[in-house]
Amino acid sequence: MDKDAPKRVLLMMGCPEVPVQMSIVLYLSHKLNIGGLDVTVAGTDAATKLLKVSDVDGYYVKKSVDLDQCLADIIEKRVDFDICFAFMHSDAGMTFAATMSAISQARLFAVVFGKNAEALAESIEFKCEKIVAKAAHNPAPLKNKIDKVIAELLS
Amino acid sequence: MSCIEQMKYDLLLERVSFKEAREFIEKNSDEVYYVDPGYKIFKDYYIIGVPPIAIGAKGDELIFTYVKPCHGTFVMKIKSIEEIQRLRDEAEKKILKSLKKGVREGASASEKQTDYRSVFK
Repeated sequence: MDKDAPKRVLLMMGCPEVPVQMSIVLYLSHKLNIGGLDVTVAGTDAATKLLKVSDVDGYYVKKSVDLDQCLADIIEKRVDFDICFAFMHSDAGMTFAATMSAISQARLFAVVFGKNAEALAESIEFKCEKIVAKAAHNPAPLKNKIDKVIAELLS
Repeated sequence: MSCIEQMKYDLLLERVSFKEAREFIEKNSDEVYYVDPGYKIFKDYYIIGVPPIAIGAKGDELIFTYVKPCHGTFVMKIKSIEEIQRLRDEAEKKILKSLKKGVREGASASEKQTDYRSVFK
């Protein structure tokens, strides 16, 4: 890969039932895109539909992909990323992030939110950097932590 | 959608944590094999999970986990002597590989030449 190519970032969405996820994904995607990074958002069918309606002209999210297809492509070494943000508010989300940790070379950030964020974050046993906020409806606590990571990545 | 959902399967556990699913497979299988995340079974299903990922065999049925982001972890079983045999073969290969490694390490230790100059110093 070209050394000067922009870093490839994957935002891996979990189940979309907690509102802060979509808000932070759109925000983070936009900030990293305008910072010059190459951002792809992966999600389930439901999460991707929510994303497409929220960002109908693809202003914030330039590339999106089906989550299962994305994992298959990484496993089969057809693609990989430099950085991955894995969003999770449940054990299933954590399980997908653990898989990502095992199959990808990406620097992994676990974005843990929802009512049980702290307990879920404690259950993480794989190598990652944790961004944890007990946020469900109000994105501000999570956004504040994400802002620090964005600043570091774009510095 | 993975091919799994179009196959004939039985659900043994629904909407549990991955850890509970692993423990169930370990307790309820005749044989248990551990695979890495991304291990492929059937045509196009890559196992998602927290290592070590347990896959069980009971008779001619494969018992494994299936994770859906919005619904948690499921334990399901599907008849497949082919997949069970593939797990057995891969486990055997791993054992042989580790045995060969052990033999090589043993050999290299015994073959190591002693420098008597340092002994009689």
